[in-house]
Amino acid sequence: MTSVPMVEQTAGKRAAESARRRRDRGGAQAPRPARVRGRKTGGFNRRPGFVTYGLLGAVVLGSALPILWSVLVASHDSTAIVKGVPLIPGGNFFANAATVLDTIPFWKALGNSILVSTVTAASVVIFSSLAGFAFAKLRFRGSKALLVFVVATMAVPTQLGVIPLFIVMSKLGWTGTMGAVIIPGLVTAFGVFWMTQYLQDALPDELIEAVRMDGANMWQAFWHVALPAARPAAAMLALFTFVATWTNFFWPFIVLNAQNPTLPVALQQLQSARFVDYSVVLAGVVLSTIPLLIVFAVAGRHLVAGIMQGAVKG
Amino acid sequence: MAVTVKPPAARTPVRRVGFSSRLARWDVKVSPYLYISPFFILFAIVGLFPLIYTGWVSLHNWNLIGGNLGFSGTENFTFVLSQPYFWNAVGNTFSIFLISAVPQIILAIGIAAVLDANLRAKTFWRMGVLVPYVVAPVAVGLIFGNVFADQSGAINGLLTSIGLDPVPWHSNTLASHVAIATMVDFRWTGYNALIFLAAMQAVPRDMYEAAILDGASRWRQFISVTVPMLRPTIIFVVITATIGGLQIFDEPRVFDAYGLGGADRQWQTLTMYIWELGWGQRNLGRASAVAWLLFVIIVLIAALNFLITRRIASQGGRK
Repeated sequence: MTSVPMVEQTAGKRAAESARRRRDRGGAQAPRPARVRGRKTGGFNRRPGFVTYGLLGAVVLGSALPILWSVLVASHDSTAIVKGVPLIPGGNFFANAATVLDTIPFWKALGNSILVSTVTAASVVIFSSLAGFAFAKLRFRGSKALLVFVVATMAVPTQLGVIPLFIVMSKLGWTGTMGAVIIPGLVTAFGVFWMTQYLQDALPDELIEAVRMDGANMWQAFWHVALPAARPAAAMLALFTFVATWTNFFWPFIVLNAQNPTLPVALQQLQSARFVDYSVVLAGVVLSTIPLLIVFAVAGRHLVAGIMQGAVKG
Repeated sequence: MAVTVKPPAARTPVRRVGFSSRLARWDVKVSPYLYISPFFILFAIVGLFPLIYTGWVSLHNWNLIGGNLGFSGTENFTFVLSQPYFWNAVGNTFSIFLISAVPQIILAIGIAAVLDANLRAKTFWRMGVLVPYVVAPVAVGLIFGNVFADQSGAINGLLTSIGLDPVPWHSNTLASHVAIATMVDFRWTGYNALIFLAAMQAVPRDMYEAAILDGASRWRQFISVTVPMLRPTIIFVVITATIGGLQIFDEPRVFDAYGLGGADRQWQTLTMYIWELGWGQRNLGRASAVAWLLFVIIVLIAALNFLITRRIASQGGRK
């Protein structure tokens, strides 16, 4: 798994840090290290002990176990599962993966997923930054009411528009194309709300006024001041939109066909056969999950930061 | 999160007069609308229009292939409301939602409390908890479809190995709901735990100091300080979980190979029923009627949530 080098890396960093603080190294050897506050009172700066790490280890294991399980099953042939739960990986993964590639247009689906998620994320970020800048920092008639409208629409489930969208797409002859998947995702109310919230705090009004005094027009103020200030929030919004679009199923499932799917739609096809070969199905799951796991390994900390930040504001 | 804003190097400020100052005023007045217009135009096309159009379609006899076959009034609604499968789907949707949401929120708060400790390698633990979030619901459904398989599944294998009877995960209604709820919780518990963690870290530390001075144990602190302070966040999570949970489709759809929610529709949800009516039976009018009814249900629940929120918020708690 990709998390192994991460552990070492983070652990190393932590160790260096605690050495600097002249604390004991390695929590495992010292069960109750460095008590800052009283022990009976349970002060919150106290380093937690075995129990805490044990509980967390169990939770993280629970998070990883289903994924590890699919790797295990995917590495055996279908007869192995019937005999019992496989505990060690078998040697059949590449054969199963080959069956996946024969059964569904995997590479095409992968390409489609990358295309759809990238375009959607870029579009949401651009339009949300623009609208967020206007809502957060510019004064115009009706801005309050319009922002309330945006927030209210966040509660409207997008799925409810699926039937008319399908009718429109089939009339346009777009069913089966990536355009039909991309268009409904081009903007999100959440994105506008997110950028507005962020820019309200991150961008001082005085700064906008200052560059305006220097003769910059609104566009320059946006491009040279607001956008750089919005970069962290924009990056997180892009990441969230990317993940959400990548994992989206219902609408692509309705509007796409078996020849030209996104990854979740293609995955589902693996199972629709009369005889479900779970080794092959889970090989497909593994293959399709790897790309996002890589994205997560690289950018996961930002995803974490984004969730925690959005929660405080929301 | 603190952000340092770097102002751009001021470029030669040219004095503008006359025409250019009029242009600047025009710029101030019009550009805000220019910036918000892409969102509103696109939203009108892909969000608002479809919502209203769904209402239009629901009042017509509308075939997937043949298109609009004429006005039918409220016939679609009366038909759908008289269907046992509709009420079955309503029951299943609420059942799966409740079975998943209650343990999920309790678990998430518990995990957040553990993560709130002064941990080593904080980011690693947080990321570890979030891993399931990047697994697509369809993939989750396929994984757990295998884990909960009636004959060869890991859970039943475990049960029989310790001498218990295997559970019929696919034929028993409640068992299938538990299995699907497990999938939902797998994907979302860590995500919600991080939301709770953020709220916990926003609790002023002197409240704990005061509790400690009063001799409160850790558990007592958690119950009397942390949980009350989390109320607004709990409501936020409940509302988002409701909106998402009532629309659940992906996981139950792939729970078996046929995708209709079991032989007796044991786990067919409302969104699955919309799909069956619209794309299985090709009756988009009836499907739209169900879509509207689902919308009404969600709005009702949201309104209920809002009322409860107001009452709780007025009873104290920050924000």
